[in-house]
Amino acid sequence: MAIHHAHPPGFAHQFEDMQQQREAGSLGMWVFLLTEMMFFGGLFATYIVYRALYLPSFEIGSHLLEVRFGALNTAVLIGSSLTMALAIHSAQIGKRGAQVGFLITTMILGAAFLFIKFTFEWRHDYVEHLVPGFGFAIRPEWGAPGAHVPMFFCFYFFMTGLHALHMIIGIGILAVLTVMAHRGRFTPQYYSPLEVSGLYWHFVDIVWIFLFPLLYLIGGRYLRGGH
Amino acid sequence: MSTATIDVHEVPTGSRVNYLNAQYGVKSWLLTTDHKRIALLYLASITLMFFVGGFFAVLMRLHLIEPQGALVQPETYNKLFTMHGVIMVFFFLVPSIPATLGNFLVPMMIGARDLAFPKLNLLSWYIYVIGAIFTLYAVISGGVDTGWTFYTPYSSSFSHTSVVPTALGVFITGFSSILTGLNFVVTIHKMRAPGLTWFRLPLFIWAIYATSIIFILGTPVIAITLFLLFLERVLHIGIFDPAIGGDPILFQHLFWFYSHPAVYIMILPGMGVMSELITCFSRKRIFGYSFVAFSSLAIAIISFLVWGHHMFVTGQSIYAGLIFSVLSFMVAIPSAVKVFNWTATLYKGSISYDAPMLYALGFIGLFTMGGLTGLFLASLATDVHLNGTYFIVAHFHYIMVGGAVMAYLGGIHFWWPKITGRLYPDGWARFAALVIFVGFNLTFFPQFMLGYLGMPRRYAVYPSEFQVLNVMSSAGASILGIGYLIPLIYLIWSMRYGPTAGPNPWGAKGLEWTTPSPPPTENFEEIPVVTEEAYDYAHSTVIRG
Repeated sequence: MAIHHAHPPGFAHQFEDMQQQREAGSLGMWVFLLTEMMFFGGLFATYIVYRALYLPSFEIGSHLLEVRFGALNTAVLIGSSLTMALAIHSAQIGKRGAQVGFLITTMILGAAFLFIKFTFEWRHDYVEHLVPGFGFAIRPEWGAPGAHVPMFFCFYFFMTGLHALHMIIGIGILAVLTVMAHRGRFTPQYYSPLEVSGLYWHFVDIVWIFLFPLLYLIGGRYLRGGH
Repeated sequence: MSTATIDVHEVPTGSRVNYLNAQYGVKSWLLTTDHKRIALLYLASITLMFFVGGFFAVLMRLHLIEPQGALVQPETYNKLFTMHGVIMVFFFLVPSIPATLGNFLVPMMIGARDLAFPKLNLLSWYIYVIGAIFTLYAVISGGVDTGWTFYTPYSSSFSHTSVVPTALGVFITGFSSILTGLNFVVTIHKMRAPGLTWFRLPLFIWAIYATSIIFILGTPVIAITLFLLFLERVLHIGIFDPAIGGDPILFQHLFWFYSHPAVYIMILPGMGVMSELITCFSRKRIFGYSFVAFSSLAIAIISFLVWGHHMFVTGQSIYAGLIFSVLSFMVAIPSAVKVFNWTATLYKGSISYDAPMLYALGFIGLFTMGGLTGLFLASLATDVHLNGTYFIVAHFHYIMVGGAVMAYLGGIHFWWPKITGRLYPDGWARFAALVIFVGFNLTFFPQFMLGYLGMPRRYAVYPSEFQVLNVMSSAGASILGIGYLIPLIYLIWSMRYGPTAGPNPWGAKGLEWTTPSPPPTENFEEIPVVTEEAYDYAHSTVIRG
């Protein structure tokens, strides 16, 4: 068997040194985010196709969304990305308490996002009969474009649902990281799990940055003063 | 193999610790993170799936002996070709070379102790198994009849078969491919031995790298597409649903955006194997290393731009058709570069016809046939005549079976002594290679003619004037089936009774041959330092032993 030298904590046997391990972890996450881009990309591409086909229907659908909740959630998520970055910074300068605090804050903000999404927005949509497959009601005042409004809501639920799923996974990862940080596993020399999980969290954040205008703000809602 | 054993480094297999005897017991296999053991787990699983998929093919060919169908109801026939396609494409061909030979060889060829993420590697095998269980459950619960392409709205609204478990199975297995590709990309980028620059890498690594790019960028798209299909089927509303303005043809665009590159997932690793076999058995450097290396990347990139050639007659605009046609012709260029370079490598080489080389030579011929007939289908005018006929069936079987499976078997025979430490009976291996070559051509060449004459694919019955060619094809399929069983028997036999192989029975170049056979768990006692280019057979002092 190979002779094992004394290694720093968190070192995996297949690597030659800590730097190689850190670079591999980071590249691995970037490659994973590429696959995530293509995963969401399939949905975004189909969204673009149908939006071009049925723009008036998509505008009607967009105007039915509660933009204030969407805007609030955007702020919440950007805040969580900030606290995530601060958690990594705390690890770099070796402050364990701050690490744990920022990680917990990030989790709370993530949970707040999901809470607002599910209990205010989705519930509101359900009450208003806007959920395709669950008693969707096409309203007469929508006129001819009304026939394709369910398509918009299919996209709305698939895209925000998939995004929410990623948030839930992210919160799970953060919970594990919090325990690890609490046990002092991260040092200024070794914090790559925090770093790569941070990349993931920021990615999920960026997906929302694209989702918010595409779903909530189309149709010149504010430029033309709404409808 | 054919020459006398003169290797002085040989140590009896039993007395040395290697990756096979380092630990015993089922648990040591199911919880292993050793890339070599995971490769064997994959080998066992995909072999099982190969014979399940092959069983459906045998039933189909038996059925088609008679014009009115000899065996099953038309509905059952639809399920047979669907299950054959789904299992062979997603559970055998896509993982075949990358997950078995790739897993085993990538770290060994680049002088690393393991892949970058060993646990992720094991996870990818479990994901594969879970996906396979879903799909096998679908077989038992009544099968699927949509064709392996799952076209909507038939798959989403009208088929009364087990579409949901099958689509879920394929969806789940996709993540196994993604994780494997991710692992390979990171490993190849970050874990090469000192001195092993990109242009000293074996061409197998370049091919696996190009394949991994397709895994990473293509597979997520089929995943989201099948997920949307799943939602539509379960909730009865979704974005391909014409009732709310959905476009079923959009499904085809998304499906082929992955599934055409997937063809190159299947063939690129085989091309990588080919470069290793051709150089070793003609004792020469590869002709035009960088052309062969970059042609792999070119194929991977262009493969993403040609999906529309599956849809020339599906209501796609004629301008889109023109562009897809031109791009499809372009992908023939890097493919031809490879074939010409292998042929130039053979020129004035010192060629020996061992079993792996027989598969390699078979590959060159069959792949060329498959590639050239692909050009008929890339041409707009001829495609209208040939689309949906047996010509297409024959074309892609020449690529996938004549190409990918031949290379896979050639690779398995080439590295088997390294993987198991044992030699297989050479005579039987050459015999099997010939049986497979003959059986393959007899099965699929008549199908070119059937397709040209107008026999459509996916029908359980056919006009009686096509019977002679169909009987020929069915006869070939039985020969092919026997050809595949022979290696299964002697390879399993050799694991226990084969003579000891020694570290380098072929006198091949490459880091994997500098280790004992089977290799130790950590692959290399000392990480090697590479000072020469790949395939430096001209200055080789290695002797076949």
